[in-house]
Amino acid sequence: MGWGSLPFMPHDHSHDDPHALLPSDPALRVKALETLLTRKGLIDPAALDEIIDTYENKIGPRNGARVVARAWSDPDFHAALMADATAVVSEMGFYGRQGEHMVAVENRPEVHNIVVCTLCSCYPWPLLGIPPGWYKSDAYRARAVREPRKVLADFGVVLPDETAVRVWDSTAEIRYLVIPQRPDGTEGMNEDALMDLISRDSMIGTALAGTP
Amino acid sequence: MSRLHDMGGRFGDGAVVPEAEDVIFHADWHPRALALTLAAGGLGQWNIDSSRHARERLKPTDYARFSYYEKWMGGLATLLVEAGIVTREELAGKAAPALSPLAERVLRANQVADVLAKGGPAERPSNIAPSFAPGDTVVAKQFAENTKISGGHTRLPGYAAGARGRVLRLHGSHILPDSHAHGTGEAPEPLYAVAFAASELWAHPEHPRDEVIVDMWQSYLKAAS
Repeated sequence: MGWGSLPFMPHDHSHDDPHALLPSDPALRVKALETLLTRKGLIDPAALDEIIDTYENKIGPRNGARVVARAWSDPDFHAALMADATAVVSEMGFYGRQGEHMVAVENRPEVHNIVVCTLCSCYPWPLLGIPPGWYKSDAYRARAVREPRKVLADFGVVLPDETAVRVWDSTAEIRYLVIPQRPDGTEGMNEDALMDLISRDSMIGTALAGTP
Repeated sequence: MSRLHDMGGRFGDGAVVPEAEDVIFHADWHPRALALTLAAGGLGQWNIDSSRHARERLKPTDYARFSYYEKWMGGLATLLVEAGIVTREELAGKAAPALSPLAERVLRANQVADVLAKGGPAERPSNIAPSFAPGDTVVAKQFAENTKISGGHTRLPGYAAGARGRVLRLHGSHILPDSHAHGTGEAPEPLYAVAFAASELWAHPEHPRDEVIVDMWQSYLKAAS
């Protein structure tokens, strides 16, 4: 038997990772998994729609902005939030998946806090929603702990020399919410007006609160 | 030695690119991948620690080339096969999908709000008393590796291994991922926020007073001598 008559030998995929058995195009891979799990009775596609609607339309950074605006406005609320953030945000209806153990960390002239998850992408979903692409990026995960000031510069934020940076690496199930400094010139503004100054990034620590 | 996911401090990744607050997903299949992962997790056949470990165990070449939600899909395929819920033949489209005995547990649309609101708290009572108090000086263990299982899951980042820090706060007792990820029990123990001076972690710290705070379980720490 000559070489030319050898049958074509495909690679033996039996020892490959399971994902390699699925289509290589990511969109088709997801579709194949959803179809398979639906046919096995393990997934209800209507439940997937509901989960997506929750994080696209119901849960997002306006929840966190409400908490920050109230902390800026109400000293008792502020004290309670700093003492036990989980209890306080739960009372506001912002308890849930990926926000089971909340800690609020406050920016002051002498310290600026920023949050990262170097090992994956832990993030306070009930208060801020799904993390932005940059938060999940290799660049942010790799650099935020070693050169937070250069990362802040990527966001256009430059801190004065008298401000120390505290980077919180979310390695456990504790989720950190940054309370940005209340900007000058906001005296007398109500909670709803203040919320407009509180961006998602300011509650991660990669931005400052806006100015009126 | 750790795995590719443990990237804190790594060089060469380039700029961080900010994006607008209303950008939630970047492709139509991203929300589908997210929802599929959450709904499959609701079957109760694995936990958050084993699912993180499934993503971390992707081959380094796959981990590096996969986008975020591709990693999720990769981890999910592994979990489904390892839990015996899906066969490799079904995944490959070579066998007709068989109705699963777990089908009675399927997450329905009207249960989603309750399930997401309920969450999965990790704080537990523990018979291990806290050894440290805020202000104590501690040293993180030498190797950022699972102590019991070679190549197993851990949440000690490599950059903090062996470093000297200061206990900032006690969070209570929490499930130990190093055990929970491998189905060997919750093994709750005290969890601390530990502050490390940037100069303790990096050869070229940006500022003498900058710090990195890492949440660490008691078994990751020893008292400073």
